[in-house]
Amino acid sequence: MKNLPQILRAAAADVVEAAPSRRSFLKGAAGAGGALVIGAVVPLGAMAARPTPALMGPPDPRPNVFVRVAPDSSVTVLVKHLDKGQGIMTGLTTIVAEELDADWAQMRGEFAPADSKLYANHAFGMQGTGGSTAIFNSWDELRMAGAAARAMLVEAAAAEWKVPAGEISVAKGVISHQKSGKSGPFGPFATAASKLPVPASVKLKDKAQYTLIGNETLHRLDHISKTDGSAIFAMDIRRPGQVTAVLARAPRFGATVKSVDDKAARAIPGVLEVLSLPIGVAVVAKNSWIAIKGREALKITWDDSQAEKRGTDQILADYRELAKKPGAVATAKGDTAAAIKGAAKVIEAEYSFPYLAHAPMEPLNAVVELTEDGGAEFWAGSQFQGVEQRVAAGILGTTPDKIKINTVWAGGSFGRRATPTADYMAETVIIAKALAAKGKKAPVHLVWTREDDIKGGRYRPLVLHKLRAGLDAKGNIVGWEQRIVTQSFMTGTVFEAFAIKNGVDSSATEGAADLAYKVANLSVDMHITKSPVTTLWWRSVGHTHTAYAKEAFIDELAAAAGKDAVAYRLGLLEEHPRLRGVLKLAAEKAGWGKPLAAGPAGSKRGRGVAVHESFSSYVAHVAEVTINADGKVKVDRVVVAVDCGIAVNPNVIKAQIEGGTGWGIGHALRDAITLTDGIVDQANFDTFEPLRYSDMPALEVHIVDSAERPTGVGEPGVPGAAPAVANAIAAAGGKRLYDLPFSKAGIV
Amino acid sequence: MIRLNINGQVRDVDVPADMPLLWVLRDELNMTGTKFGCGQALCGACTVHVDGVATRSCQLAASAAADAKITTIEGIQGKAAQAVQKAWADLDVVQCGYCQSGQIMAATALIAENPNPTDADIEAAMDGNVCRCATYVRIKAAVKQAATLART
Repeated sequence: MKNLPQILRAAAADVVEAAPSRRSFLKGAAGAGGALVIGAVVPLGAMAARPTPALMGPPDPRPNVFVRVAPDSSVTVLVKHLDKGQGIMTGLTTIVAEELDADWAQMRGEFAPADSKLYANHAFGMQGTGGSTAIFNSWDELRMAGAAARAMLVEAAAAEWKVPAGEISVAKGVISHQKSGKSGPFGPFATAASKLPVPASVKLKDKAQYTLIGNETLHRLDHISKTDGSAIFAMDIRRPGQVTAVLARAPRFGATVKSVDDKAARAIPGVLEVLSLPIGVAVVAKNSWIAIKGREALKITWDDSQAEKRGTDQILADYRELAKKPGAVATAKGDTAAAIKGAAKVIEAEYSFPYLAHAPMEPLNAVVELTEDGGAEFWAGSQFQGVEQRVAAGILGTTPDKIKINTVWAGGSFGRRATPTADYMAETVIIAKALAAKGKKAPVHLVWTREDDIKGGRYRPLVLHKLRAGLDAKGNIVGWEQRIVTQSFMTGTVFEAFAIKNGVDSSATEGAADLAYKVANLSVDMHITKSPVTTLWWRSVGHTHTAYAKEAFIDELAAAAGKDAVAYRLGLLEEHPRLRGVLKLAAEKAGWGKPLAAGPAGSKRGRGVAVHESFSSYVAHVAEVTINADGKVKVDRVVVAVDCGIAVNPNVIKAQIEGGTGWGIGHALRDAITLTDGIVDQANFDTFEPLRYSDMPALEVHIVDSAERPTGVGEPGVPGAAPAVANAIAAAGGKRLYDLPFSKAGIV
Repeated sequence: MIRLNINGQVRDVDVPADMPLLWVLRDELNMTGTKFGCGQALCGACTVHVDGVATRSCQLAASAAADAKITTIEGIQGKAAQAVQKAWADLDVVQCGYCQSGQIMAATALIAENPNPTDADIEAAMDGNVCRCATYVRIKAAVKQAATLART
């Protein structure tokens, strides 16, 4: 697996047309004007003109590729984004239902087939989910799709009833003509509507007319199937004749197989084949248990000549050495060095962040079946369909259109399923191909164990931030200097040319290079380091570390200036009304400035704040903590305010902010992936300890009422959570925390 | 051949004696509601009831379950189970949903055994079930709501 990028680079070379950083994707799309972008890519006419073959079959009464109205009046929205828990199937379905004037009970969601021509993420130029882009990206096209479907149903009803379409109204899934007293559900008109031309233009509703968007009472579409065990994940796919594979991957990143003794593995009843491949040694068996047992019986010698042999302590020491020298310039405003030299007070701080695994609850897995036409059919929690089709096609020597992907519910991702190399899906098809070459062609289910996942790389990179700021006599910031040292997960991928400019990886500097606080002299630079340890975006990407460094540091500056932490921030955010808005709302709801209730005897309590923009959404956290008499910290309560534009599903938004906050806090408390002599020290949830029930603080989420275009919430709940807690610990009289996780300081 | 009693049905399976119940359910019997999360009894995704007790099926050999009544998410019944599933749905607890079968099995066993659980009881019963989406705030609310519902 660890040399997969090299193996697959050629196959993936033509993957993405244009890929600036995920941040600028969003800005670019916004700047261009949503309607123009969407209209150019998916004009309404084209939606109707190009039905999706996979969905053909009588009857097919749907007005476009996003909406299908069935004769039983059920309305199915074809969802082009992966739902990995963030609730996007519910969110996108709500947008359609609103413009369609449907009843929520008649709405269904279905994952769209893989087809980048129809279902591209307009931010990526291919089908894929990530960067909290889904709602923002689909807002225009799905409102138009819903409105178009409504107009066509109305037209069909008008023809049937022989009344003017303009006199017809639609509400809660019922089409009515008041004068004639005629009314009926959508179903009977679906077939006739599907034969009508798609309207050239549609009128969209104003926010004041919304009844479903912003409605707190809508349930998630998956709220039943995920509480009775019936929801199907890739892990649950069972094809006739399916076999299970597990793959032995090198313990050191960058190592390859030197030799393998598979005699004992082959002797286990139920082991069907052992395949020595460039990606590792695959054991194929009749079920998962036997495959795992078979792998345990392998004796593999690895070639470590190109492998990472350093430990993480050494890697961090190397980063510290590098941080002494200037890096590639991300931002240079004014004369920072001179400003700091002339400052009344200079504050310096260094922050370190460990490698982190994503560890989604559903370990990575996919099922693939090689098809008669030389292609393949996948069942997977597929997140980057556009990449995965091309990579699989490259492996099989065919074209992407021959790769069918059935996207199914994904048991979490947090970034892990979206890789530039198609990663575990590529492994699956490599194994299926090798098995077929042995004359044993069968549907293959590749299963990663939790140990494979924790040890398998593609981590949030290890990062070092070095900051220095000067304050004048009044405590104003006169200069801010920041240096970032980290690996780039863009290096060596098809994204490299777009993401890395002049030695700066914008996915590592986002949230730092564009510092929101008003500072006249600002200097941000970075060093990109290299290691065979594979890294990847991890829920909220660069903001996972830039927000912490920025918000912990500004807190320290506020304290040095003798100012209130909220007031100090507000004073520096005059040009950022939406950041000010969430900061004020969170502070007010948390009772900022009022004394906290006393904790247990001998304990100290404190309140801390953080505010940050990511993925064009704005979030403020206020955390309350107790430092108990034994020095251990408990996070008691977190109040969060979020501004994500129009709140499509308030219930889902709150859930994402709750979960994002838990994600941020959980990893900050005690998670790190460390290496000793190049080998990962952690293996499972005993050593990479997830946030548990007892760790979770009480949470309150407040949503800013807004008429702005909606933006994502899957990631923005993460960045501010950990620094708010760290600042609360400092406010309670604890130490400021510079090295994550907090457990390093012995307080967890 | 091992004879198992699962959801009130007798199932004979031809598997190695040490094969964990988890894999028997999932790979031999196609009962996929019980999930594989860690394989080491560290996350609770594979929780089933063995004679009513919440048990990690990934660490229970099939042969050791032979004389027991096994209940999985597919076969869960009764007042406590209905109350838990209703509360979970009412509060939209789920996100990715992969851990939720295990969460529901743990919560159901708790409420069936202890109709009036304290916060400490709930924490003790639920702390072994990991949710990477961190739905814990709603899990807490749902367990309390379910307990109330089951008592009425």
